[in-house]
Amino acid sequence: MKLGKVIGNVVCTQKVESFQGIKLLLVQPLNEKLEEIGDPVVACDTAQAGINDIVFYEGGREAALGLKNWFNPSDLTIIGIVDQVNIGE
Amino acid sequence: MILGKVIGNVVSTIKLPVYQGYKILVVQPVNNKEEPQGESVLALDTVQAGVGDTVLVIDEGNSSRLIMNNSTAPVRTMIVGIVDAIN
Repeated sequence: MKLGKVIGNVVCTQKVESFQGIKLLLVQPLNEKLEEIGDPVVACDTAQAGINDIVFYEGGREAALGLKNWFNPSDLTIIGIVDQVNIGE
Repeated sequence: MILGKVIGNVVSTIKLPVYQGYKILVVQPVNNKEEPQGESVLALDTVQAGVGDTVLVIDEGNSSRLIMNNSTAPVRTMIVGIVDAIN
């Protein structure tokens, strides 16, 4: 799982059938200090996240399992919305 | 499996129901000398680890699903042990 920030959404009419009804969001990966790392990615949403939300997302085969219909080609899925990140010593 | 050090935790209210009841910790992967290496990841905790602990982390879905006893859980990274010593 990784942290990310929702920076936009992606509208897509023609898509695979198993993605019907799934919201696609543009996510900027973040490190533990919530600083941006790398390039933005597109992720499927399961947590009803919105723009500027800090979220955590899962990649790989597990991303597909996050959606209701598990037989889908997602490789990034937002699992939850982050309330707070505590970094201790 | 990789070695990591717990550096923090993540609080989340809205998440998939299978994640309910599990602690989410921020883990910094470390090398055999316990020096930080690469980017931090989030992992579900199953062993009551805390900040500062060196832990054993699996980053593979099938093992995680076995531990959760749920064949469709979208979980991949999981803390499965607290390291006492590396010789």
